[in-house]
Amino acid sequence: MHPITEVVSRTVVLRERNIDTDQIIPARFLTTTQREGLGKHAFNDWRTLEDGSPNPQFPFNRAENVGARILVAGRNFGCGSSREHAPWALTDLGLRAVISAQIADIFRSNALKNGLLPIVLEDGIVDELLDRPGIELRIDVAGRSVTLPDGRSVQFPLDAFAQTCLLGGVDQLGYLLKQDAAIARFEAARSEQQGQSQEFRHAS
Amino acid sequence: MTSQPQTLFDKLWNAHLVTPETDAAPAILYIDLHLIHEVTSPQAFAELEQRGLPLRRADRTKGTLDHSTPTLPVGADGQRNYVNAEARAQVDMLRANCTRFGVELFDYDSPQRGIVHVMGPELGLTQPGQTIVCGDSHTATHGAFGALAFGIGTSEVGHVLATQCLLQRKPKTLAITVDGELAPGVGAKDLILHVIGVIGVNGGTGQVIEYRGSTIRALSMEQRMTVCNMSIEAGARAGLIAPDQTTFDYLRGRPRVPADFDAAIEEWKHFHTDEGARFDREVRIDARDIQPTVTWGTHPGQVAAIAANVSTGDGDDAKARDYMGWDAGAALAGRPVDVVFVGSCTNSRLSDLREAASVLRDRHVHPRVRMLVVPGSEQVKREAEAEGIDRIVRAAGAEWREPGCSMCIAMNGDIVGAGQLAVSTSNRNFEGRQGKGARTVLASPLTAAACAVAGEITDPRPYLTTEPARIAELETA
Ligand code: SF4
Repeated sequence: MHPITEVVSRTVVLRERNIDTDQIIPARFLTTTQREGLGKHAFNDWRTLEDGSPNPQFPFNRAENVGARILVAGRNFGCGSSREHAPWALTDLGLRAVISAQIADIFRSNALKNGLLPIVLEDGIVDELLDRPGIELRIDVAGRSVTLPDGRSVQFPLDAFAQTCLLGGVDQLGYLLKQDAAIARFEAARSEQQGQSQEFRHAS
Repeated sequence: MTSQPQTLFDKLWNAHLVTPETDAAPAILYIDLHLIHEVTSPQAFAELEQRGLPLRRADRTKGTLDHSTPTLPVGADGQRNYVNAEARAQVDMLRANCTRFGVELFDYDSPQRGIVHVMGPELGLTQPGQTIVCGDSHTATHGAFGALAFGIGTSEVGHVLATQCLLQRKPKTLAITVDGELAPGVGAKDLILHVIGVIGVNGGTGQVIEYRGSTIRALSMEQRMTVCNMSIEAGARAGLIAPDQTTFDYLRGRPRVPADFDAAIEEWKHFHTDEGARFDREVRIDARDIQPTVTWGTHPGQVAAIAANVSTGDGDDAKARDYMGWDAGAALAGRPVDVVFVGSCTNSRLSDLREAASVLRDRHVHPRVRMLVVPGSEQVKREAEAEGIDRIVRAAGAEWREPGCSMCIAMNGDIVGAGQLAVSTSNRNFEGRQGKGARTVLASPLTAAACAVAGEITDPRPYLTTEPARIAELETA
């Protein structure tokens, strides 16, 4: 993963609440065995009209939003399925951050592993951002802050470990692999201290 | 012994800590059982290959084919009717990955293949006190056994394949206590839809739910699985029910349980919430308030009793009404239905199919309705056919299919058409979940079958002519 220190971009706004991962990437596009190339299917059912042509009203179809890296969305973004195809589709669209008043757990975890910043801000400020699509924001990962065009700056919560990973481009699997000794100790201790029946094995 | 009373969740968490969490780093949690399927695993195996890593514990990894598999039988040409070449390639890839890394795969030729969350419990792979993960959000189902079970993304699937561990921050705990007796015709699905309606579609975010109380204790394992399955629909990380005699009786004799089963029970009994343990939050529900319940909107928190009316709210409610084609305040009952789906990891076990069959028996599906009944596993299919449920289903004019996820996620070609209204026993009524433009009403198997017969949304209670449990006797008599 590449380090991410800041994201500076105009915003694209989807006002809807509870945007689930079936909206972000409908299941019929999950037959892929790749991570790449899902952006063209992102929000497919909202992006296209009945006849399959692009819906001119949909924000991601509008010329002014091409290249935008920050999505501002209604509360409870990313709920539903655990499909990592959702952040893959969004980063393939060019997005680097999602701002919402609430972001679903699994989506948040998946996003962080793919260089997509899940940023939760208070309702008041999210409402303001939802009302003003296209403004330019500056997200500072080290300072855990979002700066608005008028200079106001708001803080967002970011787990210290997630922050370290983002700033250093640290890959979580690499980190886990380095814990091999502790994992081996855990496995050994458990098979000793616990009864045989607790061990993972079976009769047949 | 610690004197501090602990919740079931605390015990599960502590028993699997490789290293505890600190401010600087999440906990490393050991995973006992990793279930994989064709859709969310290919990119994780690819990661292992790219890095030249072995799979740490093939013995703790089990694979199945369920999501993109056709539910029509193999054709006369010996071919399976895949929706496209990609779906076939995905299945082939899981098979190749399992062979290469030495993972046991419940393939088409296995009499034990099934939807991942139906198969695990059925085989006794799912056991109290375990940590269980799968690249699938309904992994919460396994929590019905007192296992900490949750869905993960594909990167994390890779983490578990390589290290058998996950990096996790400790979630908060939410106790949902349900007391009282459920009325006849009201089941586990009605209960969980009601609960989600009460706490909201995001009411469980960041939390692990423990379901408690006399109503929960009285549920069968199948019903407990239905309840835990939909924990994610309230945004919860996982759902839990403490193991008890019902759990042990269900597991005894299953093929993959520990050889010394009685010793295992003694250990499993440890996994319950101690008297006086504190939850971060508690919610109480009175079972007598629960009626046959369905969703009317486009997320699982938009629920109402079938006898009630659609919300008149604005904002999200108005948008959902618009998609679903409701007028504000419209009566739920009487809305014409096009498709009925009985299946999915929420409601495709034998008891669910029995309930649906109890309504379909000696009745006919309304001419306007297409009805699909899809067993959750090969074993469910065999057992149902042994009882004659397939004959009841077919005689009623419904389709009896091969096991798989089918219309729950509609990625195998089993879809609901644009604008059609489907009453489904699955778990998600999101826009387009069952096909682009499809409208989904989530319901219990009893309600779904009653709607199929009536051709419209209807309360199932007038259709309760046969005790579901007696179907088996009637058929074999
Ligand atoms: S039945 Fe539906 S919810 Fe269950 S595993 Fe399959 S797709 Fe997921």
